Amino acid sequence: MEHEQGLIELGGIRKSISLALVPEAVVGDYVIVHVGHAIGLLDPEEAQRTLDIFAQLERFQEAPPLPQMQPLAPRPPLESTQPVKELTP
Amino acid sequence: MKYIDEFRDGALARQIAERIAAEADPAQRYRFMEFCGGHTHAISRYGVLELLPENVRMIHGPGCPVCVLPIGRLDMAIDLALHQRVILCTYGDTLRVPASEQLSLLKAKARGADIRMVYSAADALQLAQQNPEREVVFFAIGFETTTPPTALVIDAAARQGVANFSVLCNHVLTPPAIRAILDGASAAERATAEIQGFVGPAHVSIVIGSDPYARFAREYRKPVVIAGFEPLDVLQAILMLLRQVNEGRAEVENEFTRAVSPGGNLRAQALMEQVFELRPAFEWRGLGSLAHSALQIRPAYRQHDAEHRFGLNYRSVADHKSCECGAILRGVKEPRECKIFGTVCTPENPIGSCMVSSEGACAAHYTYGRFRDIPLVPVAAEALTA
Amino acid sequence: MKDESPSSAEADSAAAAPKKNYVRPLDLRRGRIDMGHGSGGKAATQLVQELFLPELDNPWLRQNDDGARLELPGFDPAQGRLVMACDAHVVSPLFFPGGDLGSLAVHGTLNDVAMLGARPLYLSATFIIEEGFALADLQRIARSMGQAARAAGVPVVTADTKVVEQGKGDGVFISTTGVGVVAPGVHISGSRARVGDAILLSGHVGDHGVAVLSQRESLAFETQIESDSAALHTLVADMLAAAPGALHALRDPTRGGLATALNEIARQSGVGMMLQEAAIPVRPQVEAACELLGLDPLYVANEGKLVAICAPEAADALLAALRAHPLGRDAACIGVVQADPHQFVQMQTRFGGRRVVDWLSAEQLPRIC
Repeated sequence: MEHEQGLIELGGIRKSISLALVPEAVVGDYVIVHVGHAIGLLDPEEAQRTLDIFAQLERFQEAPPLPQMQPLAPRPPLESTQPVKELTP
Repeated sequence: MKYIDEFRDGALARQIAERIAAEADPAQRYRFMEFCGGHTHAISRYGVLELLPENVRMIHGPGCPVCVLPIGRLDMAIDLALHQRVILCTYGDTLRVPASEQLSLLKAKARGADIRMVYSAADALQLAQQNPEREVVFFAIGFETTTPPTALVIDAAARQGVANFSVLCNHVLTPPAIRAILDGASAAERATAEIQGFVGPAHVSIVIGSDPYARFAREYRKPVVIAGFEPLDVLQAILMLLRQVNEGRAEVENEFTRAVSPGGNLRAQALMEQVFELRPAFEWRGLGSLAHSALQIRPAYRQHDAEHRFGLNYRSVADHKSCECGAILRGVKEPRECKIFGTVCTPENPIGSCMVSSEGACAAHYTYGRFRDIPLVPVAAEALTA
Repeated sequence: MKDESPSSAEADSAAAAPKKNYVRPLDLRRGRIDMGHGSGGKAATQLVQELFLPELDNPWLRQNDDGARLELPGFDPAQGRLVMACDAHVVSPLFFPGGDLGSLAVHGTLNDVAMLGARPLYLSATFIIEEGFALADLQRIARSMGQAARAAGVPVVTADTKVVEQGKGDGVFISTTGVGVVAPGVHISGSRARVGDAILLSGHVGDHGVAVLSQRESLAFETQIESDSAALHTLVADMLAAAPGALHALRDPTRGGLATALNEIARQSGVGMMLQEAAIPVRPQVEAACELLGLDPLYVANEGKLVAICAPEAADALLAALRAHPLGRDAACIGVVQADPHQFVQMQTRFGGRRVVDWLSAEQLPRIC
């Protein structure tokens, strides 16, 4: 099938999924996956902004500020070793 | 899991919940409808309702594609599998839905029908390529999230000339369903349902964008907040809705900015436009017939349209008389107000659409929430050793 | 179209009665077996209760544990009692990371015997083999069985083989029976959980199910997860030695996962449970795989784990015994037994909410939405 197939990684699991709906995706991008397809890109800046909004609430309270969001252990970006592949039918 | 775990953080949840409690006006009742199976699931699985104050209630809307699939359409699929001897490919959710004559896809399989569960539409096409001597039909259901993948395979099948592959299309659209809820059956019903705002679906909005909801906010003066599908997203969206109600605003806000843009995924939309067209009308279980609410395959792809290929006819099948799914889907009644909820109608023996999928309002309440209907059992005093 | 649901009158009277669960009885005249009956959930239980039990009825079967405790004529039960358990293995694919049908067949039945608190002594095995099955594969399976049996110190003392025509079997099916002896004074049963008891789990859940799924064609993902298939009888022996009398119930959470095992015990004992999600060990890759597939790790099968219900004062000692054993290093206390007339298994979620961890109606199917 003439799909753009790519390899995604989540928590150590690798899965081949279709990237046909997000042709602009490049190695290192994060994608939202549904029924075996990437349906959209995830914007890391917006993600952080959203998390900041969640955490900002603490400025309304007496409690000491929340510790800085723990970054997860450094992990290779989404599939750094495999380029986005095109599979020939 | 990056971008997942952070959005499930319990400490942040408490913070947002406290803010909701602080800003909720005790004299006011807040009722918000969430419209996405993924949200129903997140609310249930993480126990989000527990964190909300008494006067903030969530209503499960018709965002579960399995729940709104009419029995008659399922009968078509079963008929194809049992009598036309096709290989019928389907997502897992539909396998146990009861259809007519005490059948379900799973029971039809027990009778010899060749029914295969797939995780992706692409799997179905692959099956067709691997079995050129058999007819393979993909039973396509879902809102705008699963529609582009179906469009992809139909297009691929056409370009590669996979003649033995076709799709039984049951794709439905989100905005018409929201409109049906907002219009309600009657003014009286609308007053009872009293929905003050909507939590917009996560995945669907990635595809269609946030723009389509603007007219609901405008025309019906109801706030819409599009939320991601993690529990923190949902909580934050509830807070944002609450604020809109308190401030008398009715706007479309986007909590899910990390994935949803105003215009959505243009490539996916273009593909849908290329392969599908609107049906004049389509019956929704629980909502009745809605105009321009569902998709059918365009004439250019007719050879891959199972309805044409096999000359299928649709026969409407009514729900059980005591079933309140329609009212529940529209937010007028709660599951426990249905006479047969939890007694005759259970996940093992689902009578109506709300019970068949784990994301249906009744199934979710039964599986995760029914302990709230009964007197609370205090947690045992013993401290846990660890 | 004929309406397949009960009549209105039936529905009304059922609804008027105190909220009792209505389970449609099996249609013994015209019904058929479907895949739901095999998945270890409510449907499977119903099959046993409504079809097999009435026909085979006897007090041992009625006890509903995973094995039977038997008397031997002329043998003094004060010396210990005989136990017997059986299991059939139909896993597909036959070979998976961390095991295969052969080792699974040995471990599965050894564990059923061990869950009664017994020391397994002997195994029997029957093989139903499909015509055309490769001898090389059969040898691999047999070798794996032999290794597993020897490692456990429990021989396969009798076996039988049958061949069925091509298309009538899934390669090979293995059925095993195990016999063992339970020491006097040891009385472990799913019906013995008491309010206040601690709920212990021997390690990470979900490994086996994910390892098997990773092999299935439609889910071609690579993962380092291996099946946890293992024989638990020495672990159980250590636990019995550490806290004799305090161990009330044991169960290995196989098909249907941890949630099913706990619900079974709750029902048998007539109690409720409260779990702490944060305390339940799940490997990150298993969590990720379940995330990708829309599955809940609580319902995924395990083949080398056990759940133990014990008197609260013995929990520390038992955890120490578990953690000292290679198969229990990551053991944790995951909850407490509480009084509950509705026998709900509830859970405090990591998120801060509360939910019910219910029975599966049948096989857990991945969600699309």
